[in-house]
Amino acid sequence: MKTLADLKKIREKAQEEMKLRGGNVRVKIVVGMGTSGIAMGAREVMKTFLEEISNRNLTDVLVTQTGEKGLSSMEPVVDLIEEGKAKVTYGNMNPDKVRKVVVEHIVNGRVVSDYVVATGD
Amino acid sequence: MSLKRIDLLICCGSGCVSAGALKIKERFHEVLADKGIANEVNIIETGCMGPCDYGPVMVVYPEGTFYKHVKVEDVEEIVSEHFVKGRPVQRLMLQEEERLIAAQKEVPFYQKQVKVALANCGYIDPESLEEYIATGGYEALGTVLTQMKPEEAIEVVKKSGLRGRGGGGFPTHIKWRLVHDIKADQKYIICNGDEGDPGAFMDRSLLEGDPHRILEGMMLGAYSIGASKGFFYIRAEYPLAIKRIKQAIAQAKEVGLMGENIFGSDFSFDAEVRTGAGAFVCGEEMALIHSLEGERGNPTPKPPYPAVKGLWEKPTVVNNVETMANLPTIFLKGAEWFSSMGTETSKGTKVFALTGDIQNTGLVEVPMGITLREMIFDVGGGMTDGHKFKAVQLGGPSGGCLTAEHLDVPVDYESLKERGAMMGSGGVIVMNDQKCMVNVAKFFVDFCVDESCGKCPPCRLGLKQMYNILDRITKGQGKESDLDELLRLGETISKLSLCGLGQTAPNPVLSTLRYFREEYEAHIRDKSCPNKVCTDLFHFSIDKDRCIGCSLCSRKCPATCISGSREEKFTINQVDCVKCGNCQDVCPVKAIDRIPGMHPEVVRHAEDLAKSEEE
Repeated sequence: MKTLADLKKIREKAQEEMKLRGGNVRVKIVVGMGTSGIAMGAREVMKTFLEEISNRNLTDVLVTQTGEKGLSSMEPVVDLIEEGKAKVTYGNMNPDKVRKVVVEHIVNGRVVSDYVVATGD
Repeated sequence: MSLKRIDLLICCGSGCVSAGALKIKERFHEVLADKGIANEVNIIETGCMGPCDYGPVMVVYPEGTFYKHVKVEDVEEIVSEHFVKGRPVQRLMLQEEERLIAAQKEVPFYQKQVKVALANCGYIDPESLEEYIATGGYEALGTVLTQMKPEEAIEVVKKSGLRGRGGGGFPTHIKWRLVHDIKADQKYIICNGDEGDPGAFMDRSLLEGDPHRILEGMMLGAYSIGASKGFFYIRAEYPLAIKRIKQAIAQAKEVGLMGENIFGSDFSFDAEVRTGAGAFVCGEEMALIHSLEGERGNPTPKPPYPAVKGLWEKPTVVNNVETMANLPTIFLKGAEWFSSMGTETSKGTKVFALTGDIQNTGLVEVPMGITLREMIFDVGGGMTDGHKFKAVQLGGPSGGCLTAEHLDVPVDYESLKERGAMMGSGGVIVMNDQKCMVNVAKFFVDFCVDESCGKCPPCRLGLKQMYNILDRITKGQGKESDLDELLRLGETISKLSLCGLGQTAPNPVLSTLRYFREEYEAHIRDKSCPNKVCTDLFHFSIDKDRCIGCSLCSRKCPATCISGSREEKFTINQVDCVKCGNCQDVCPVKAIDRIPGMHPEVVRHAEDLAKSEEE
């Protein structure tokens, strides 16, 4: 390491590794992991999100989880929260739908309205 | 990129480790592996998070959930409920009155704190250089080395108003300027990590929790004064601190943050760790330097100051751990930012180790100028078990006691000194109304008698005399003239001792005499310890109305001096009683009380003994 630019490179990479502890997060994905969610495959959904995000190297996306969301008939349910935009809730998710949401919504910024079950708080 | 979705930060400060943090960490690894989600959770061992009283503590990100008093048995539940199902375990959260506190940032303990030196402590993995860099680490060093001259760097520290955090409060920039201005083929910078006050663990936590910060601070100082070599002097009782600093040095060397031509500048630097054997006096800079040289750790007269003739007769700067910890942030955020915190003469923040009879014992960092009341009652959470506040000892054995009337005194170097206490390195011992101040003073003098290096007579002989008088007073053999003698001795030792240890050692006695004189008088005149602490000056008594004659006290008495029967009830043979307190602890109906003063039987017995000796 010889310059401030070298240091910056290391810093950016390390900040990426630490983004869970609060940092530059553009999109937050919240997977409902209540009993009914898990029964309907929420774990698979979450895993697919993690894999897709990792494969595409999306450094500003964070995956987290919450408990029962109350929409049992539409499980697995996922919230997509973007800074400054209304929350989008997707229902009846599965790994294929997840891949589509990642490409369309997270990468290209177009909400996949077919899967949306609610918007706003 | 990883698949991690949870960062689990486990506090591995010394307090939490002794409460079992490492076992909990192991258990997490096991349970996560069992559930097959080990690759989703990042387990990070951090430095002290501060609220040691809640230990073992941990924080789960991204939510920032704060768990306290976690046990090995709780791990399974945390993993299956929180990590798998996303339902944080409420029973392990902090409950404040009716409110459940989920997030770490909402914990009342942190509310009035401002973390500068401790910013990363409990937040990053201290063994990871990358995590330190992620928080802005080494940016200050890079900027200063490439864009500032040493004079300009000293000017920044001057403007910031930073003063030494080790106790004396000497302005850091003056030390630096002195050494900077001297021409020499070799200069040294030393980090003083020889923290030895009873109840203090500020430097330890900083070294353990954020070692790279101290290293960067040292290098900023070294560049400013023109030193190419640095030493960390850390006591051997801090093995983890030593390990972490050594590791940090190795990591910095590996990536070229330490060594030749750092950041392409012509500044080269190397540092190493030296361990101290744990003598209190080695915190004094001349004694520390001699110890580093391999000599006996004795202070020598000043001048010459270390700035002129220090380590191996070369110009040397000795800075405290916390002083160095402040430097990277001062250069990163600017002198104005730092000096905007604090009071007229004391800028920035100060780390304190809160201990004693308060709710939230632990490591805190507050802005200078905060009142003692805010620190003890808001940050510290007030007294335990409904007792009342009596006194606070600031500055360890060199400091003094302040009382309830001083609670609104701002905490800064001058205000404390005026009232007979001192900032010291930051040990704060809070005492409740059950404490005997004569006994407290005796404890601190005893500590200093042990730690006196013996070089100068006022300290070596004078402190021992003070101890003897205090010991006599606590045994009921005090004389009316003792108090004046204590004052005379204390003032003489303060004036004539060679180093800071002796000069400040009488402070606990002088300040308790100033504020609690009536307690000393009760010990001497009434042969009574009003708070029932000094064993010779109180006695136990069984109340016959409450006693149920169960004989438990009699059976548990190690001196077999309690006798009686179910009908007669029980009585204590006062002459044989050793005041162990077992009887009081085991009594099922709380019929045994401590009564201040000697029992008449004991007084008579002592008189008889004296008489028979005369004959």
